[in-house]
Amino acid sequence: MTTLETVSVTPPHKPRPPARATGAISAAQLLAALPGAFRKLDPRQMWRNPVMFIVETGALLTTALAIAEPFLGGPATSGGDTVPPSFTAAIAGWLWLTVVFANLAESVAEGRGKAQADSLRKTRTSTRTARLVGYDSETDAAAQHTPTEQVSSADLTLGDVIVVVAGDLIPGDGDIIWGIASVDESAITGESAPVVRESGGDRSAVTGGTRVLSDRIVVLITSKPGETFVDRMIGLVEGAKRQKTPNEMALNILLAALSIVFVVVTLTLNPIAGYSNAAVSLPVLVALLVCLIPTTIGALLSAIGIAGMDRLVQRNVLAMSGRAVEAAGDVTTLLLDKTGTITYGNRRATEFVPLAGVETSVLVYSAALSSLSDPTPEGKSIVDLAVAQCLERPNAQDGIVVPFTAQTRMSGIDLPDGAQIRKGAGSAVIAWASETTPSDPSALAELAGQVERISQAGGTPLVVAVGSAEGKRQIVGVIYLKDVVKEGTAARFAELRAMGICTIMVTGDNPLTAKTIAAEAGVDDFLAEATPEEKLELIRREQAGGNLVAMTGDGTNDAPALAQADVGVAMNTGTSAAKEAGNMVDLDSDPTKLIDIVRIGKQLLITRGALTTFSIANDVAKYFAIIPAMFAGVFPGLAFLNLMQLHSPASAILSAIIFNALIIVALIPLALRGVKYRPAAASSILSRNLLVYGLGGVLVPFIGIKLIDLAITLIPGF
Amino acid sequence: MDNWQIALQAATVALVLTLIYRPLGDYMALIYTSRRDLRVERGFYRLIGVDPRSEQTWQSYLRSALAISFVGVLVLYGLQRLQAALPYALGFPAIPEGLSFNTAISFVTNTNWQSYSPDVTMGYSVQLLGLAVQNFVSAAVGLCVAIALVRAFAAVRSGTIGNFWVDLTRGILRLLLPVSVLVAILLIAAGVIQNVAGFTSITTLTGTTQSLPGGPVASQEAIKILGTNGGGFFNANSAHPFENPTALTSLLQVVLMLAIPFSLPRTFGTIVGDRKQGYAILATMASIFVISLTALTLFETLGGGTAPQLAGAAMEGKETRFGIGASTLYATATTLTSTGAVNSMHDSFTALGGLMPMFNMMLGEVAPGGVGSGLYGMLILAVIAVFVAGLLVGRTPEYLGKKLGPREIKLASLYILVTPTLVLAGTALSFAIPAVRADVEGTSIWNPGLHGLSEVLYAFTSASNNNGSAFAGLTANTPWFNAALGAAMLLGRFIPIVLVLALAGTLAAQDKVPATTGTLPTNKPQFVGLLFGVTIIIVALTYFPVLALGPLAEGLQ
Repeated sequence: MTTLETVSVTPPHKPRPPARATGAISAAQLLAALPGAFRKLDPRQMWRNPVMFIVETGALLTTALAIAEPFLGGPATSGGDTVPPSFTAAIAGWLWLTVVFANLAESVAEGRGKAQADSLRKTRTSTRTARLVGYDSETDAAAQHTPTEQVSSADLTLGDVIVVVAGDLIPGDGDIIWGIASVDESAITGESAPVVRESGGDRSAVTGGTRVLSDRIVVLITSKPGETFVDRMIGLVEGAKRQKTPNEMALNILLAALSIVFVVVTLTLNPIAGYSNAAVSLPVLVALLVCLIPTTIGALLSAIGIAGMDRLVQRNVLAMSGRAVEAAGDVTTLLLDKTGTITYGNRRATEFVPLAGVETSVLVYSAALSSLSDPTPEGKSIVDLAVAQCLERPNAQDGIVVPFTAQTRMSGIDLPDGAQIRKGAGSAVIAWASETTPSDPSALAELAGQVERISQAGGTPLVVAVGSAEGKRQIVGVIYLKDVVKEGTAARFAELRAMGICTIMVTGDNPLTAKTIAAEAGVDDFLAEATPEEKLELIRREQAGGNLVAMTGDGTNDAPALAQADVGVAMNTGTSAAKEAGNMVDLDSDPTKLIDIVRIGKQLLITRGALTTFSIANDVAKYFAIIPAMFAGVFPGLAFLNLMQLHSPASAILSAIIFNALIIVALIPLALRGVKYRPAAASSILSRNLLVYGLGGVLVPFIGIKLIDLAITLIPGF
Repeated sequence: MDNWQIALQAATVALVLTLIYRPLGDYMALIYTSRRDLRVERGFYRLIGVDPRSEQTWQSYLRSALAISFVGVLVLYGLQRLQAALPYALGFPAIPEGLSFNTAISFVTNTNWQSYSPDVTMGYSVQLLGLAVQNFVSAAVGLCVAIALVRAFAAVRSGTIGNFWVDLTRGILRLLLPVSVLVAILLIAAGVIQNVAGFTSITTLTGTTQSLPGGPVASQEAIKILGTNGGGFFNANSAHPFENPTALTSLLQVVLMLAIPFSLPRTFGTIVGDRKQGYAILATMASIFVISLTALTLFETLGGGTAPQLAGAAMEGKETRFGIGASTLYATATTLTSTGAVNSMHDSFTALGGLMPMFNMMLGEVAPGGVGSGLYGMLILAVIAVFVAGLLVGRTPEYLGKKLGPREIKLASLYILVTPTLVLAGTALSFAIPAVRADVEGTSIWNPGLHGLSEVLYAFTSASNNNGSAFAGLTANTPWFNAALGAAMLLGRFIPIVLVLALAGTLAAQDKVPATTGTLPTNKPQFVGLLFGVTIIIVALTYFPVLALGPLAEGLQ
C-alpha cells in the first residue's frame, strides 16, 4: 500500500467549530440554573462548602432576628449607635442572596455539562443486538455460520461477541475482531464524517452509541453494562462523580482555616468590646464575619473546577478525573509523537539523485512510473516532483503492482514488457538488484554516500532500481523524501520552554533523521527508533528526576506508557486498551492538543489563585468600611479610618455586605471562562496577576462600596 | 533628640549584623550538618545512651523535644518550690504554687514572662540552676525545631529529620555556651555586675539607707539576650543600670538579640543549597524590622501631648541614658524577636507607639523572631505565600522543590491559627467570665479605660507568642493570669512545634521537584514583596478589630 518502511497512519485533522459557545453566560443560562441554586440551599449540601455554610448560618440567624425584632422593641443598639429598623432584614436578605449567588455559580457551571450529558444520554437507549452463541475465531472468524440470539444491549457483558451490520447502533464498547466498517461517531465526537474502523491494528475500537454505516463487523464487548465510555462521559460532564482534586482540597483547607480565624475574631470581639461598652449587635457581628471570610473564592471554587473540565470537553477532550486536569498544569515534560504533531506526517519527494552514469531522466521516469498507482502522499509527491521537473506525466501501464510489505520493505511495478521497477529501503533494493546482477562496488559506495547524506539531513532515502526484460537489474538512484516540519512549531516549543516545559520528540526514525528534525522543530530532546519499552523507560527516567510527563498515544503497545505518564492522552481512534490506560481521551484524535490541555490545566490553577488573592485582598477595604462603622458611636476618633467617607454606620456595613454579594455574580463569568493565560516565565505571570488580582482586589472594593453607599443614602433611615 | 544619633545607632547594628551574617550563618550550618562529634559530646551521648549517628522520625524527634521540655518544667517547678532549702536563697521563701507553675512554663517555653519581681523573689540557686539552664535549653530546642524543618526542605524521600539529642547538644555546646561566655566577659568589662554578694546596704548622699542588690548578673544577661529569652535578673530588666549600664551595652544587647535570628536565613540557604533563598527570607525579615523601627521611632519622637512636646519627645518610661533612639531600637528588637527584655517601659509609649511592639509580636515574631522559632515561623508564612502565589502561575505550588498539597497546607494553616486564637480567646475570656472580669478590672489593671484593655491584650499577645515582655501596669501575679498566661505560653510554644515537626516529616518524605522557568522563583525580590505582603495582611486582618478597640481607639482620640 505504501512505499516506505515505516508506515505512517495519520488520522484526518479537520478544523471544526467548537461544540458550543464558550465564555460569556446568557440570561437564559442563569434563569435555567436558578432552581438548582435554590435546591442547593439544603444545609446537607452546603456543609461541603464550609465558607458558604457559615454565610448560610448567618443568614438564618439574622432572618430569625429580623422576624423577632419588632416584638423585642426594635433593633438593638450596636457599638453605641442606633440602627434603622429595616437594617437586620436588609442584612438577612443580602446574606441569602450571597448564598444563592454562590449556588448559582455552581449551577450554571453544572448546567453547561448537563446539556452535553443529555445529548449523550440519548445514545444510550437500549437496542436489540445479535449476540453470537459459541463464537470461535479459529473456525468461523467472520461468524457466517455461528448462531445468534437477540438480546437487549443492557444485557451485554464483558467478553460477549456480537455482530453489527450496516444501519445498526453499536450496543456497547468493544474491539472489532473481524471485518471493516465505516462508523458514524458524531454522537460522541460531533464529527459528521464517518470514520473507518477495522479489526487488528490500532483502529479497532468501537464505542457504544455510534452507528455502523456500511459493511458488517464482529465485535468483542470490552465493557460492563453501565460502565461504558458513554456512561463515564456522562458522569464526567455532569460533574456527578466530581471528586475534589488535591489542590482544590488544599485550597479548601486554607480557606477553612482563614474562616476559623475570622470566626474567632468575631466571637471574641464582643467580650473585648464590652469592656469599653462598645459591644455590637448580632446582625453587625454576622455582617463582619461574612465580609471577612473568603466568600468570593469560597462561592466560586467548585464552579471553577467544573468549568475547567468543561473547557476540556469543549475542546473535545475528556478527562477521566479532575486530578488529571490539574496534573496537566504541572507537566514539565511533553513527549510528542513526531508524526502528526511535529511534522505533517507525510514525507515529500524533494530531489532525484541519479547514480553516476545514469541519465537523470531514467531515474525520474522510473520513479514516476512506479508511483503512479501508489495512493500514498509520498507516492503522489514523487509524481508531482517528476512533473515539476519537466517530465511528461507517464501514462499508466497495465503492470502488476507490487505492494509494499513489511517483509520486502519495497514496492514497485512489473511492466507488461517484462521490465521491473522497485523502490524502497536501501538494503532491500540492493538485495533485490544483486539477486540477478552482481553489484558494482563503486556504485554501491556512491549509493551509500548518498543514502548517508540524505539520512543525515533528516530525509528518507528511497532507492530505485530497474530490471530489464532480460533480467539485468541496476540501481539507478535515490529519491530524497523529506519530512516537512509544521510551520510555527519552533515558536510553539520556544513558548513551552518559557513556561518551563521541556519537549521530547518520539519517533521511529533513525537517530540521524531524528536529530535533524529535532533541530529543525526546536524540540529539547528526542527519542529515536523508539519502541514502546523505550518510551516507558524514558517516562520512568523523567519521573525519577521529579518531572511530570504528558504524552499521547493510540496503540495497544502505547498502553503501558500512557498508564505510566502523569497525563496520558489517548486518541479516540485508538484501541480500547489505550483509552483505558490513559487518563484523558481526545475525541478529535489530534496529538497537538496536548499543548492545549497543558494550557487549560494551568488556567484552572491560575483562576483559583487569582480569585483567592482577590478575595483576601478585598478584606482590606471591607475592614476600612466596617471597623470605623462598628465602633463610631463609642470611639468617634475611629472615623479617621473611614477612608471612604461612608454616610452612616448602618449604610457602611450594608454596603460592604452588598458589595460582597454582588462581586460573586460579577465574577461568575471569569470563573467559568478562566483567567486569561499567556505563556511566559513564572515570575512575569506572577507580577501581572498580582497586579491585576492583588492590587485590583484592594482597590475595586473601595470604589464599589463607596458607590453602593451613595445609592443606599437615598433610602430613608440609612 | 538628635536624629543623626538615632540613625547612627541603627546603622551600627545593621553593619555588625551584616558582618556576622555569613560567618555565623555558615558556622551554624556546619554545627548542624557536621558528622564529627567533640569528645565531650561523645561522653554525653554515652551518658544518655544516644547513638549520635542514628536519625529520628519526626514523631520521635518531637517526643524528645517534648520530653526534655516536660522534664524542664518539672525541675524548674521543683527548684522554686524548694527554694528555701537551697543555698544562696538570700533568705527568700519558697515560691507560691501558681507563680512557680507560671514561671516554670515561662522559662521552658523561651517566653520568660515574669509575673514577679526577680530581685525580691528568686535566690541565686534558682536563678543559676533553674532559670539560666532553661535559658540555654529552651533556645537550643527552638534551634533544633528550625533546623529539622530546614533539613526536611533539603531532604529527598527521607523518613527521618535528624537526631534531636545531637542537635540539642551541639546547639548548646558549640554555639550558645561559648558565645555566652564571651559575651558575659564583654558585659562585665562594660560595667554589668557579676558577684554573689547578696544585698549591700549603703547610705546615700541624702543620708537615707538603701539596699543595693548584687548577683551573678552578667552571666545571666548573656544568655538572656543571646537566646532571645529576656527574663531579667532585676524587675526593671534591661532598664536597670546593673543589667544594662550604658548606651553601649544597650546597643550590644540589641546586636546579640538579633545575631542568631538574623543569621539563621544564611544557615537555611546553605543547608538547602541555595543561598539566595536565605537572602530572600533575610530581606523580608529586614524590611519588616526597618519599617517597624521607623514607625515606632516616629510615633515616639512626634508624640503628642504637653509633656512630650516640652521634652522634645515622649520620654516617659525611657531611660535618659538611652534616649528615644536606643529605646525604640531596643523595643523593636525585643518584640520582633521573642526576647521580651526591655530597656524602656512599653506601657509608657505613646498610644500608637505602644501599638508597635504589640503588632510586632502579633506578626508571630518572624522578623527575625526568636532563636529558631523566628525562622520556622517565617518559613510557615513562606509556605502560605507560595501556595497562593504558586496557583497564580498555574502550577501546583511548590517551595524549594517540595509540593504543597493538602497535608502541608493543613499543617501550615493550623500553625497560623494557633496564636491568634490564644491571644483573642485569652483576652476575651478575661472580660467574658464575670468573676474573672471583676478580678482583672479590680486587681490587675492599673490604668482603667482603653489603656487597661491594651495591657491585657499585650499580656496575652506576649505570652502566646512566647515573647515575655510586659506592658507594665498590669498585675499579673493573680490566679487567673498565672493560669491563663501559663496555658497560653505552653500552647503557644508546643502546638506550633508539633505542627512544624509534622510538616518537616511530610516534606522530608517528599521527592524534590526540579525547578524550571515555570516554577515560582522564591529567591527574587518579587517573592520578598509577596512574603512581606502575606505576613502583614494575615496579621492585620486578624488583629485589626481588637487593635481598633485598644491602642487605635486610644491613639485616634
